[in-house]
Amino acid sequence: MYRYDALDQAFVEQRVAEFRDQTHRFLAGSLSEDEFKALRLRNGLYIQRHAPMLRIAIPYGLLGSRQLRALASITRRYDRGIGHVTTRQNLQLNWPKLPDVPDILAELAQVQMHAIQTSGNCVRNVTTDHLAGVAPDEIEDPRPYCELIRQWATLNPEFTYLPRKFKIAVSGSSEDRALIQAHDIGLRIRRDAGEPLGFEVWVGGGLGRQPILAQRVREFLPAEELFAYLEAVLRVYNRLGRRDNIHKARIKILVKTLGVERIREMIEQEWRSGRERSPRLTPEQLARMHAHFEPPPYETRSDMDPTCGREAPFLAWYRYNTRAHRVSGYRAVFLSLKAHGRNPGDMTAGQMEAVADLADELSFGEVRTTHDQNLVLADVPQTELYRLWTRLRELELATANIGTLTDMIACPGLDFCALANAGTLSVARAIQARFDDLDYLYDLGPIELKMSGCMNACGHHHIGHIGILGVDKHGEEWYQITLGGAGSGRAGLGEVIGPSVPQAQVAATLERIVEVYRDERADGEYFIDTVRRIGIEPFKERVYATDLAAA
Amino acid sequence: MRRILRQREWILDPWRYAGEPASETDGLIVPLAGLHAPPEHGLRRSGALGVRLAPADDPEQLRADLPRLSLVALEFPNFSDGRGFTQATIVRRLGFAGEVRAVGAGVKRDLLFLMARCGCDAFELAEGEDPQSALQALGRYSVAYQKAAPLPAVERVRFGA
Repeated sequence: MYRYDALDQAFVEQRVAEFRDQTHRFLAGSLSEDEFKALRLRNGLYIQRHAPMLRIAIPYGLLGSRQLRALASITRRYDRGIGHVTTRQNLQLNWPKLPDVPDILAELAQVQMHAIQTSGNCVRNVTTDHLAGVAPDEIEDPRPYCELIRQWATLNPEFTYLPRKFKIAVSGSSEDRALIQAHDIGLRIRRDAGEPLGFEVWVGGGLGRQPILAQRVREFLPAEELFAYLEAVLRVYNRLGRRDNIHKARIKILVKTLGVERIREMIEQEWRSGRERSPRLTPEQLARMHAHFEPPPYETRSDMDPTCGREAPFLAWYRYNTRAHRVSGYRAVFLSLKAHGRNPGDMTAGQMEAVADLADELSFGEVRTTHDQNLVLADVPQTELYRLWTRLRELELATANIGTLTDMIACPGLDFCALANAGTLSVARAIQARFDDLDYLYDLGPIELKMSGCMNACGHHHIGHIGILGVDKHGEEWYQITLGGAGSGRAGLGEVIGPSVPQAQVAATLERIVEVYRDERADGEYFIDTVRRIGIEPFKERVYATDLAAA
Repeated sequence: MRRILRQREWILDPWRYAGEPASETDGLIVPLAGLHAPPEHGLRRSGALGVRLAPADDPEQLRADLPRLSLVALEFPNFSDGRGFTQATIVRRLGFAGEVRAVGAGVKRDLLFLMARCGCDAFELAEGEDPQSALQALGRYSVAYQKAAPLPAVERVRFGA
C-alpha cells in the first residue's frame, strides 16, 4: 500500500496545524459559523443531530493493520467505541467533541491518515474495486491511479471550492465493482492489445434527489493525460455548474442541461487549451507509484478444497463470504458487518483490533473497506480459511450473508443524521429479523438491498435491486420502495412500485416482493433478472393487493 | 485610503475603481462591460487600465484586451463561490503578467494560499482582516502536491508540469 514520504507527512501535519488554528478562532468567536463550516467540512467534520460527526478518509478503502489499530484507539478514547463504514469506503465517528478534533487529526497524521475532503464541495475520497489487485478478472490494478488522483486532488488550489461535492471512481476489471456510472467522473481502465494503457471516461453520474447515470465522454484517454483531462472536466464544471440552487449544482445537472455532445465539446476544447500547463503523468511517476502496490510476497501454493469434510455453516460461509483470487492457493474473504441486531456497517473498537491482528497473521497486514459497508481480507491462504472462520464467528463477523438480502446498505438515518427524514437502523433490524433463516436467504440468491433515510441517497437506494427511501409523512416515518436498480453490471435506476408504506410494514412488504420472485423466476434466474424480465407490475399487484398487517 | 496586500507588501492602493474620484493619470479599474465603452466626452486618460470580472464572466473574453490591461480583479464574494480560482488560472494561462487582484468578502487568510497559487498576487482584504495574519497564512504550507503560481513560498511540490 502507499507509504507517505516526507512531503506527504509534512503536508498532513501542516494541514492539522491550520485546522487547529481555525478551530481555536471559531471557539474564540473570531471566525464566523458560515466560514468555519466551509473549512471544517473540508476536514471531514459535520455538525450532526447529537454531536459533530467526523468522517475519516480511507483512500480507496485500503488500510494497514497499524492504521486500523490507531482507528480503534481513537474510537475508544474520543468516541463511544463504534465506527461506521460508509459507502465511500470511509469511516465515520458519530460522537467526537469539537475541541478534540484537531487532536484526533494529529493522531491520524501519525499513522499517515487524514480526514481531508471527505465532505464539502470539493473532490471527495476516490473509490475503487474492493478486490483491486486480487480479482481474477482484473485488467490493471486501479489503486496506483487512485492514489495519484488523491494527491492531485488534495488541496488543489483551483478545485477546492466547487459548486457541489465531486466524486471520482476508478475500475480496473472487466466487471465494474466500483459503480463508475454513479460518479461525477468514472474511469474505466482499458488496455487494448498492443496499445498503451488508458481510460474510458464517464461524466455526470450521481444519486441524490435526481439520480442520473454517467455518460461516456471519451472512449480512450492515454494514461499520461489523466490529470490534464480531469482538470478540463473540473474547470468546465467550476465555471458553469449552478451555484444558485444546491439541488441543481452537481455536474450531472450541467451534463443534462447542455447535453452530452456539448459538454464533451467543451471538455475537449478546454483540455486542448490547458493540457500544456497541466502535469503530465510520466512513466517514471507511474513506476514509482506502482512500486507502492507490488503484490505481497505470496507463497507457492496450490488450490485445494477447504470445504472437504467441513460442517454446513462453514460451507455456506465459504460460498457466500469468500471470492476467487488470482493467485492459486489464496481466497479473498469478506467480513460481514451485517450481523443480525447490528447497525449495517458498524464495527466496534474491539473488532477493529481483532481484525488488525487477523490481517497481520493471515493477510499481509492489510484490510479493505467496501462500498457495501463490509471489510475484506484480500489475501488469505486457503489452508487458513477454516481457522479464520472460527475466529470470525467469535467476533460476530462471519454472518454468511454477503450478496444476499440482509447484506444491505443503510445510511445512519434519523438516529444520527441531521438531514434524515426517517430511521433506517430500526428498519434494518426488522428486515434482519424477518429474513433470519439463512436457507431462505440463500434460496433468494443475490439481491442488493439499499436504504437511505432521505432523498440525498447516501444509502444508494436508486441503484439497489430493491431500494428503500425513508420519507416524512406528516411527521411519521414512511418508506418508498423501488425495484430494478443496479450499480454494477448493467447499471440502471430503480422504479418506484407505488405509495410508500409505514415503518412497521417494510419487512412484510419485502417478503411479498421476494415471494413474487419465487413464484415467477425461471430456473436459476436471479432476482434482478426476473424484475427486468417481468417488470414491476406483478410486484405492485401483490404488494398492494390486500392490506398488510403490521409486522 | 484603501490599502492592499500586494506581493508581500501592505501598500496604499494606487488604483481607482470607475466611479471613484481619480486623476487623469491614476490607474482605473472598469467592469468588463466598460472595457469597450467609448471614452467619456473626449476625456483622454493617460493612466493604466484594469478590469474587474464578476464571478460569472468568462475570462477568455479578455484574450484580445489583455495586452492593454495592467490589472485584472476577480471577485471572491464568500467561502463558497470558487469561480475566481478558475478565472485566475485562465487569466495567467492567457499569458497575463500584470496584477491579478482578489477582491471581496471572501478574501481572508484561510483562502489566500489557494488564491495565490492560482495566480493572484494582490489582495484587497475583507473588512477587519489583519494584514499580518494574512501574510503569515500565505506561508502556512511548505509543501504542496500541485505545481502552481510562485507567490506562496512552497519549497517542494509533487507534480511538476
